[in-house]
Amino acid sequence: MSRVRAFGRFWWSFVVGDDWRAALGIVVAIGITAALAAEKVAAWWFLPTAVAVVLAHSLYREARNSG
Amino acid sequence: MTAGFLIASAFLASAVEFVEALTIVLAAGVTRGWRSALVGVGAATAALAVMVAALGPALTLVPISALRLVVGALLLAFGLQWLRKAILRASGYKPIHDEAAIFAREIAGARTAQAEQRVGLDWYGFTLAFKGVLLEGLEVAFIVVTFGSAQGRIDLAALGAGGALVLVVIVGVLVRAPLARVPENTLKFTVGVMLTTFGIFWATEGAGAHWPGDDASLPVVLAFVIALSTASVATLRRRRPTMVAA
Repeated sequence: MSRVRAFGRFWWSFVVGDDWRAALGIVVAIGITAALAAEKVAAWWFLPTAVAVVLAHSLYREARNSG
Repeated sequence: MTAGFLIASAFLASAVEFVEALTIVLAAGVTRGWRSALVGVGAATAALAVMVAALGPALTLVPISALRLVVGALLLAFGLQWLRKAILRASGYKPIHDEAAIFAREIAGARTAQAEQRVGLDWYGFTLAFKGVLLEGLEVAFIVVTFGSAQGRIDLAALGAGGALVLVVIVGVLVRAPLARVPENTLKFTVGVMLTTFGIFWATEGAGAHWPGDDASLPVVLAFVIALSTASVATLRRRRPTMVAA
């Protein structure tokens, strides 16, 4: 069981890393992009904007915690 | 443009990982003997080859839009981790990655570890080299398979990674020391930018949206990510002007 847990922990840290909120933000942003595209709305601009917001929020949190 | 970008991204990302693997293998070889270290390298390489051989062909069966969605999301999550750390290092909020210090730490650990012989090998040296190459190599395999499959050109991504491997091995054999002069933090920053760019591009396409100008918009996304990253570094540096170096 501990090996299974270690395997899961490895992949979590490999893909998600130490800021799960950023990973969740990306998943939500991709979902919104898909929803906009399904409604035939021009959606190409949404993900870059969301990445800027997610990155800024993640950096702000890290800077605040270490500063 | 896309082919060159693909090869360059795979080359740079793989070079960073191979430099880190080289440091660990050197520490294992110098302290515990080269035979055990090199057998560890060979075993890890074989394990990686099996993983890539199993995963690569399986991914070609997935429809390209679904593949780009999953690969784009993974690259974006992965790329943002790299970019975030690189921005924090460049702005002084995280210590700079120091290959010489890591080498010294691995050497100290390997020297104090107890000698244990298994199947005629020094087990510590074998497992140190095996784990180092497997973990760093897994990141290379992930990048080659995801980049290559989303673009339908695993061969080009493998070419970039292979070039990086040859270069790092040749320089490593010549120098016989950790490649401390490689501008690793700059490379990581560049790779973070590239992974994030590809992630945004493919995830958007995979989600069903269309880029104005199709592939021609990739350099624009790249410019956007570079501008975003440099602006983040500048903002954080203003907040904390002293650089952390260690």
